[in-house]
Amino acid sequence: MKSVVEQKVLALNGDEAVAYAVKQCDVDVVAAYPITPQTIIVERFSEYVANGEVETAFICTESEHSALTACLAASLTGARTFTASASAGLALMHEMLFVTSGCRAPVVMAIANRALSAPINIHGDQSDTMAQRDSGWIQIYAENVQEVYDSVIQAFRIAEHPDVLLPAMVCLDGFQLSHSMENVKVLPEEVVKRFVGVRQFPKVLTHEGRFAPLRLDPENPMTLGPLAFPNYYFEFKRQQEEAMKKALEVIRQVHEEYAEISGRRYGDGLLDAYQLEDAEIATVCLGSTAGTVKAVVDELRAEGVKAGLLRIRTFRPLPVEGIRRALENVRAIAVMDRSMSFGGHGGAVFHEVRHALYDSEKRPFVVNYIYGLGGRDTSPMQIRAIYKDLEGILQKGRVETPIRYVGLRE
Amino acid sequence: MTVQEKGWREIPIAAVCWKSSTEFLTGDWKTFKPVRDLEKCTRCLLCVIYCPDGAIRWKADLGDIEFDYNYCKGCGVCANECPAKAIEMKLE
Amino acid sequence: MKRTIEIRWHGRGGQGAWTASELLAKAAVYEGKYIQSFPEFGPERMGAPVTAFTRISFEPIKLHCAIYNPDVVVVLDQTLMKTVPVAEGLSEDGKIVVNSKDSPLEIKQRLGVIDKVEVWTVPATEIAVKILRAPITSTAMLGAMARATGIVSLESIKRTVEERFRRDIAEKNFAVIEESYREARST
Repeated sequence: MKSVVEQKVLALNGDEAVAYAVKQCDVDVVAAYPITPQTIIVERFSEYVANGEVETAFICTESEHSALTACLAASLTGARTFTASASAGLALMHEMLFVTSGCRAPVVMAIANRALSAPINIHGDQSDTMAQRDSGWIQIYAENVQEVYDSVIQAFRIAEHPDVLLPAMVCLDGFQLSHSMENVKVLPEEVVKRFVGVRQFPKVLTHEGRFAPLRLDPENPMTLGPLAFPNYYFEFKRQQEEAMKKALEVIRQVHEEYAEISGRRYGDGLLDAYQLEDAEIATVCLGSTAGTVKAVVDELRAEGVKAGLLRIRTFRPLPVEGIRRALENVRAIAVMDRSMSFGGHGGAVFHEVRHALYDSEKRPFVVNYIYGLGGRDTSPMQIRAIYKDLEGILQKGRVETPIRYVGLRE
Repeated sequence: MTVQEKGWREIPIAAVCWKSSTEFLTGDWKTFKPVRDLEKCTRCLLCVIYCPDGAIRWKADLGDIEFDYNYCKGCGVCANECPAKAIEMKLE
Repeated sequence: MKRTIEIRWHGRGGQGAWTASELLAKAAVYEGKYIQSFPEFGPERMGAPVTAFTRISFEPIKLHCAIYNPDVVVVLDQTLMKTVPVAEGLSEDGKIVVNSKDSPLEIKQRLGVIDKVEVWTVPATEIAVKILRAPITSTAMLGAMARATGIVSLESIKRTVEERFRRDIAEKNFAVIEESYREARST
């Protein structure tokens, strides 16, 4: 049992925390393009490069599409790579997100969640990453700046794990976390370097009949990213899905190992259940607003209300079993979505939570609250009103409006 | 003869090719075959550069180029690009 | 000090409202407290109204929402009082610190706040222009706020200023902070 390492406290905002973590992780290549609210990540990191604090090759590309392509290509040669984006920038990378996961390249990316245009909005919501949930990337959503720092470090270990080998994105709410300065305990650099280690490569059979590490190397020529006809494509995709399944356990293990060194845990790494054991009413929430919900749950509990919260930290892979077990005995659940799926009768998280509960014997009421779009603030009072609604549903014994909007002016 | 195709557990990770593309002889794909007039050919090697299949190679021991008809697909780019008009596409 | 104190800063882009909020937060971290400091932008441009928020607490801060009922409001630019409701939500026994040559009583009347609210003024622009040769009022307002509220010590503020700025600029800012601390007056 390792003991908790001594850590110093810094005051960093979310973006600065990302840059600081990347600095400590011995990253070989960073290729990025600026977009609010991620700009500080790249600015700060470029300062580290200019000051000689890191030995990273820093590439300013002409677009986000190129940034991810550069990272993918570098990753395939064996480099540890990182990039960051948001909103339209992430959308521009769309095609390459699928290529990166298909090539099994463990690129790590930070996303400062921001609303998608049109109309143009620079503020926080989760539509950008929700729209990419099918891309084969691991998705972790942080609640506070401390968790942002911890998650970026963990992401390299998770992505590079031989059972996983999938790219990972760490998501932080735009402005609410990216520009919010908070107390951050940072690990000493040697400890982080030891934790992330040196990148390992599985051995593959090349066409020359030899087993060689999976990376582009003139000594061991191999073809990566080829064409696959209908007779094989399907099998490669099934392989990717297997990696996602294994990632559930890997994320838990890496989280546990990190918890022993840092003294910090976020639930079990997949789900953060808050006051849920005997809860009758609960919300499900991702990201920083879950913190506000926790403060409200504390107040409600002090008033004798059996309220709880399930914060989903790892959204991809979806911890279906964990969600079902955590919520099974709750009687009314409000799933909060900080994005919309137009025409889809509710948001992504709403769909997936209902899916997780479908096979359980008990059938809690599950309703959807769309909130915070375009950086709209969600106050503790509004969260209280949600719990009040849930109590109302239990009293009436039915749901009248399954999809609601927090703070929307009619 | 049907080759037994591999299941998802057996195929290599990340679709790394387990066979070299050179194992697949595509010479049968052509209808027209490039034939070189040895007197007109100036050994400029432009056809070597232009061939999309790499089926024309400089052979140092021969001191000359060689057409590999096992891979040539008969596209005719070499004939089109030859400045000396030394290559003719002949029906096979 | 209350368990959690919430401060709201009003300025214009380029005057240092966000910086002031961060310096205060860092000073509080030196004193072992938990902090949160974040800006709210409209158009990202010099001169546009900017709001910044600071939360200082004895406990880890879970909230990630805007500050609706600040305990302290700091106004870096008097002209904002015309267009921005700077005193909105200010708690009943709150304090407001305004950059102005006018007396605290005059400002109090203009703001229309209730009697319990303590109004402080300091001629921050004059002090900044005199010492820094630029109308960047962030550190002046920081000094006045420290005097009005005692949330953090002058030593902690000086420590963050020293860390943030080059030696010669830091020293000028010390002078600014000390003078605004002295000159700030209340009703």
